[in-house]
Amino acid sequence: MALWLDVILVLLILTSLWLLGSSRLRACIQAVAFQGIMLGLIPLLCAWPDITVRLAAVAVLSMVVKAIVLPGMLRRAAREANVRYEVQPLIGFTTSLLLGIVLWGLAMHVSRQLPVTMLHVTPLLIPVAIFTIFCGFLLIVSRNTAVMQVIGYLALENGIYVFGWAFAIEDPLLVEMGVLLDVFVAVFVMGIMIYRLSREFDTIETDELDSLKE
Amino acid sequence: MWLFAAGLTVLSAGALLSLLLSKAPRLASWTGSAGAVGGCLLAIAAAIGVLWSGESAGATLAWEVPLGSLAVEIDPLAAVFIIPIALVVLIAAVYGAPYMQGSYHASTVGPSWFFFNLLAATMLLVVAARSGLLFLVAWEGMSLASFFLVLTDHRQESVRRAGWIYLVAMHLGTACLLVLFLLLGRSSGSLEFDQFAVEPGLAGVLFVLALIGFGTKAGFMPLHVWLPEAHPAAPSHVSAVMSGVMIKTGIYGLLRTVTFLPELPSWCGWTLLAVGVLSGIGGVLFALAQHDVKSLLAYHSVENIGIIGIGAGVGLLGISYDIPAMAFLGFAGALLHVLNHALFKSLLFLGAGAVQHGTGTRDIDRLGGLLKTMPITGGTFFVGACAISGLPPLNGFVSEWMIYLGVLLSVAEPARDANVAWAPLCVLVIGSLALIGGLASACFTKAFGCMFLGEPRSEQARHSHEAGRPMRAAMVTLAAACFVVALSGPVFLFLLRPAVLTIVPPGAREAAAAVVPQSLGPLVGVCVIFWATLAAVGLLSWGRRKMSSAGKVDGVPTWDCGYAAPTPRMQYTASSYASPLVILFRLLLRPRITLHPPVGLFPKQAGFESETPDLFAQYVFGPTFAGVAWIASKLRRFQHGRIQLYVLYIALTILVLLIWKLG
Repeated sequence: MALWLDVILVLLILTSLWLLGSSRLRACIQAVAFQGIMLGLIPLLCAWPDITVRLAAVAVLSMVVKAIVLPGMLRRAAREANVRYEVQPLIGFTTSLLLGIVLWGLAMHVSRQLPVTMLHVTPLLIPVAIFTIFCGFLLIVSRNTAVMQVIGYLALENGIYVFGWAFAIEDPLLVEMGVLLDVFVAVFVMGIMIYRLSREFDTIETDELDSLKE
Repeated sequence: MWLFAAGLTVLSAGALLSLLLSKAPRLASWTGSAGAVGGCLLAIAAAIGVLWSGESAGATLAWEVPLGSLAVEIDPLAAVFIIPIALVVLIAAVYGAPYMQGSYHASTVGPSWFFFNLLAATMLLVVAARSGLLFLVAWEGMSLASFFLVLTDHRQESVRRAGWIYLVAMHLGTACLLVLFLLLGRSSGSLEFDQFAVEPGLAGVLFVLALIGFGTKAGFMPLHVWLPEAHPAAPSHVSAVMSGVMIKTGIYGLLRTVTFLPELPSWCGWTLLAVGVLSGIGGVLFALAQHDVKSLLAYHSVENIGIIGIGAGVGLLGISYDIPAMAFLGFAGALLHVLNHALFKSLLFLGAGAVQHGTGTRDIDRLGGLLKTMPITGGTFFVGACAISGLPPLNGFVSEWMIYLGVLLSVAEPARDANVAWAPLCVLVIGSLALIGGLASACFTKAFGCMFLGEPRSEQARHSHEAGRPMRAAMVTLAAACFVVALSGPVFLFLLRPAVLTIVPPGAREAAAAVVPQSLGPLVGVCVIFWATLAAVGLLSWGRRKMSSAGKVDGVPTWDCGYAAPTPRMQYTASSYASPLVILFRLLLRPRITLHPPVGLFPKQAGFESETPDLFAQYVFGPTFAGVAWIASKLRRFQHGRIQLYVLYIALTILVLLIWKLG
């Protein structure tokens, strides 16, 4: 199963790069949903062939939340706040992609130095996790609309989720609960923020927030 | 111990009830006041029990806080502080109920009593706490409760300013205390007082930390800048509690810290002595130049804390040089002065509050002739003024006499230690105490004379009215307490003995206890003179009344040397009275004088204004904080409101950390 796991990890890298390079909001939401499905498969493939009912339930639940519920909420938020369907980047798409490649190299370098001994499945797991976290940060920093920042935040959470799997295969539930809670709070807060932003400023561009400073 | 716990419970209950009832100010005032009175009576009973039996009472409860247990104990040293705290709070609560209703907005009454009771409870807890964590929690609670009390009249800009200065000063002080306790608890890994240990060579550093941390609360110069701001801003009964007893918790903390530091180098004693002398003389000099009666009293708090510092410094030197008379009498004088200052300073603040209540102004130059309309306030203020100036036969004299005696007995000893620098010691202690006493007398003749004697200088003073019955009762009680302490001076030698022996290291206790009979003679002598003087005065006034009752007493205007149209404005003002002394010390005081002298043969207008801003606030703290504000304003560039950049900061931090640690 290591081969399939590697395939999924490579797909994660590609979706992250897709997130960086895509100019359409809808495509980005779809990419994040796709990431969610991949993430749900990782625990199953890691533990293959002895899959317990609990593990399966956790995997299915996370797939439902990450691939259906959260993207659905994002679509609804985007529709209700009348977001334009183009992503408005502060850093251009090409530059973002180039930066993504630099970040991939950095992630490889950093993960090689990490004193991790538990990598009995695949050596790709840690670099992918770190790369996804970096991409999430880059998205939050370089995109203008709040919806895109929520997407970046979700990517970041996905990376942490992968990271958690690399470490806590023995006790997944702890990680799982923590991650789900995190995501839920984040979407909750961001949802409120998007709503408030569009009500107060008729826009969800977070740039407008700096008019709030003293 | 259960009495003390019950007292704290009653205080907390009073606090909560008055907050809940804040919609009904009259009721809130009653419950708050009653809670404070009841709680304080219980606490006094607990403290007297400890002093009477001579055995400490303590209790330790488990507390789900790391590094802390709920350890509380009343030992003689704590008891000596609990009694003035509870007594002054009790009397201030009686006074405060009518005072708050008369002078403040109804919406502030309930919260004000909440914080008042909270302040009382936390002060008592500070003194009784036996664990560093509990102590700091209570200490912060005390600072915050008093901060909100200072802000009672928060609609005024100047009051808010005073509140900020107070809050900043308190937190800077607490920062030092935090370091102090962590250093003390480092070797044992516990913040319990009885497990504190001093690493070798660190005693001096710890003492300096305690001096700064506790000295900020106590108001030692140059850390006193919050006092002249906060005391005038707070309601008078709160000023009485803050100035009378809250600043003494700083003294308590300092003395308690001394018990943790077994081998203090002698320079610590000299430092405390020097700080005491600076505060004493500086405080009274700045007091002389004030026009506002409450800032005048605030500076006098600095002065009296200085006297207490001199006493404690003498005591520390006595320990360092192994001179029992200095050790015992220095600390005993300091502790007795803590009680005395609590009594007369709260009396004076209550008097100032009554004057403000009756006239609507605190400006000494707008008052005058109040003794006729406010005889009780005036009479009790006079008693307080005599006591604070250290004049016999009042209590201020007794405690200063103990400190004098500590030095005099030691220097008169034929076999005195040649290693001690006696000349500077005598000059510092005896000379400065005498100078402080003299200047304080000058200051209070000015304050009392301009406020209560002569003719009213303004319409407000002309239409003054005496304070209500509970307020008068509070002031008369305090004035009577001043006499009681003075007339029973030698008794305090025995009452304070266990507390002083707690401070003195175990090896020197026997020798220190032997000082009591040696010093009894001079104290009893003074006391006998007091009794005789009072008896003579009583007899004379009785005789005078007897004689004058035969003829009637008439009131006539003062002879005006034939001048046809004298006005009250021709009287000496407070500024002109103090002017010679202010000019003498102008190098230190730096008064700002704006003079428009009369010009020509028929001058139309002339004017004179003087103002004495605080030296340290102006030349030390002002520039320092301006610098801090400048640096902070540079940091504002990072506070731009762009979410993207905020996240970038986080991401860059993580990247740098990752590369630094792993690259």
